[in-house]
Amino acid sequence: MPRDRSLPPASAPFLGFARLLRQYGFAIAPEQASGFMQAITLLGPRSMADIREAALATLAPPPDRRDEFEAHFQSHFYGNTSAVVEGDADDETRIKDDGGADDERIEAERQQEGGELSSALEQLSTRDFQRDDDRLTAFRRQLSSALPARRSFRTVRTHSRGKLDLRRSLREIVSADGDVPSPLLRRRQTVPRKLLILIDVSGSMKLHTADYLKLAHAAVQGADRAEIFTFGTRLTRITTALRVRDRDQALARAAAQVDDWDGGTRMGPTLLAFLSVPRFSSFARGAAVVILSDALERGDHAELETAMRRLSARAFRLSLATPLAGDPRFRPETAALSAILPVLDDLVDGSSLAGLTDFILSLARPAPVAAAIWKRVS
Amino acid sequence: MPEVNTETVATSPEAVAQHLAASRYLADESLATAIFLAIRLGKPLLLEGAPGVGKTEAAKAIAALLGRDLVRLQCYEGIDAAHALYEWNYQRQLLAIRDAGEHEIDIYDDRFLIARPLLQVLKAPQQRVLLVDEIDRSDHEFEALLLEFLSDFQISIPERGTIRAEAQPIVVLTSNRTRELAEALRRRCVYHWIGYPDAEREAAIIMLRAGDVAQATARAVAAAVQTIRARPLAKPPGIAEAVEWANAATILEKGGSPWPEAFRRAIGVLIKDEEDLSYIAPELGRIVEEALA
Repeated sequence: MPRDRSLPPASAPFLGFARLLRQYGFAIAPEQASGFMQAITLLGPRSMADIREAALATLAPPPDRRDEFEAHFQSHFYGNTSAVVEGDADDETRIKDDGGADDERIEAERQQEGGELSSALEQLSTRDFQRDDDRLTAFRRQLSSALPARRSFRTVRTHSRGKLDLRRSLREIVSADGDVPSPLLRRRQTVPRKLLILIDVSGSMKLHTADYLKLAHAAVQGADRAEIFTFGTRLTRITTALRVRDRDQALARAAAQVDDWDGGTRMGPTLLAFLSVPRFSSFARGAAVVILSDALERGDHAELETAMRRLSARAFRLSLATPLAGDPRFRPETAALSAILPVLDDLVDGSSLAGLTDFILSLARPAPVAAAIWKRVS
Repeated sequence: MPEVNTETVATSPEAVAQHLAASRYLADESLATAIFLAIRLGKPLLLEGAPGVGKTEAAKAIAALLGRDLVRLQCYEGIDAAHALYEWNYQRQLLAIRDAGEHEIDIYDDRFLIARPLLQVLKAPQQRVLLVDEIDRSDHEFEALLLEFLSDFQISIPERGTIRAEAQPIVVLTSNRTRELAEALRRRCVYHWIGYPDAEREAAIIMLRAGDVAQATARAVAAAVQTIRARPLAKPPGIAEAVEWANAATILEKGGSPWPEAFRRAIGVLIKDEEDLSYIAPELGRIVEEALA
């Protein structure tokens, strides 16, 4: 190859390092690799520290993969293989983002507690799958126009009901050499709000997760800006997996992403983890947030309460859909539920796909807050 | 401003760090290297970090270091070409047309062109540094537009033709990482993640930035802020807040509050979230006392 002829042999390790990183799923462009070598030349290099700085600055590893990068650097330039990555340190809640290529990340063994099924739950209805499919198709089509809207910063041209668009009118006048044609109008655009769906995949939700994922897939396909996360003992972002058009394929990819199927729930800590990642918590800002969970939090619910309060402060509307509410005798009386009820905008039945799709399509319409509704019932 | 040759200022990362310190900005080795590389490789510098770690200040310091003016483009959702590149002054054009009457007039003359930040920098790349602030707030369309600008350093104005920069301007981009930036943009830049400084550096920064704060106070503030940042707060305090806290406590102390008390009463300038305040309040006395010890 001509490249090998023109480069001094001493540069081989640097190219090799870029190649190594690529193998581990870091996105390194050829120009970054050449920038890396230019930078090393510029810096001297006087020491290994120079090479490390140059690598950090030009190869730009994402901050959350810094440790992994460091380990690769050590192993490549010092031959120090003992440092090679095993996932990240003992974090309380693991967060997985399917945005990057992260197949190579070596995961420590799962720490799952056995889940328990909510025993009171009985699935009486026999579902007609054809009808569910039709329903989801209709849901997908209607979704983007049914989501709550906000006024955008941008304006659109309009022929009626608008304000004078001075700039365009004047431009028109200039091009008409000072003649005044009819004035042009503009109006603030309205755009649909983001839709954020958080799906509980713990053991007690086992019967519903398949349906919920189908719903999530339809939502990602139908809405402009939908974000889907699953949570159990960990938090996983599956939006990218669900962007695949074909449903079975998308669900298979999403299923492969999630590590904590049918395990226990740590709803409070996982939601707090969601909020602590700025990029994730900004998804919730001004969004319609729908949590699909039975909110059966074991142990202390103080964290859940804090998380929900923070979430509701960010969200446009915070809804909890629980399958338990399908039972007419259901009352939000568990300690966790009664604690979070005041911050919820909606607490609805999440036991059937029909109920859920109808509910999500009605998000734009005002409704009394959850606490008011459930007070009336009880 | 006197013109400074980039080659003479940026001879090595250490020289850059020294010059930055002269303009009251303390950069660690890694940041100094990134700045040095960005200047010498002629690539834009992308700074990411939590709010309040001094990303914008870094850009100001770079401008001061090179003896250039800083042109700042603040991004927001919905920012478009007319705010970033250029715009025609239609009102003046109209008046000029009226005035000219029968004479011929070029309404696309320079005096009718309002240069926005990108064009301003393009016109005088040797005298200006461009700061594109909080790029993560803008939308994807704008990022694409910026990408075009950053790769060729030229702007096409249909009425005038293409304007090209005579030299590579120095560009700094900052992001709070509220969303992931396009890979193409990251790739073109020299990248640096600014973290919170360690206690020693933070104390030095406080000494440098705050008005008249005693060394012991600065140390105590830095130590206390480190401890507070380790707590799971909704909004961990940034460096600017730490500086303000040191200032506020000093003022209160001069007004007659004894030491630990002054810190506690000035906490409002450090933590600006009711929930965080109530979370930290029971511990605050102990944290401050430990820091003062």
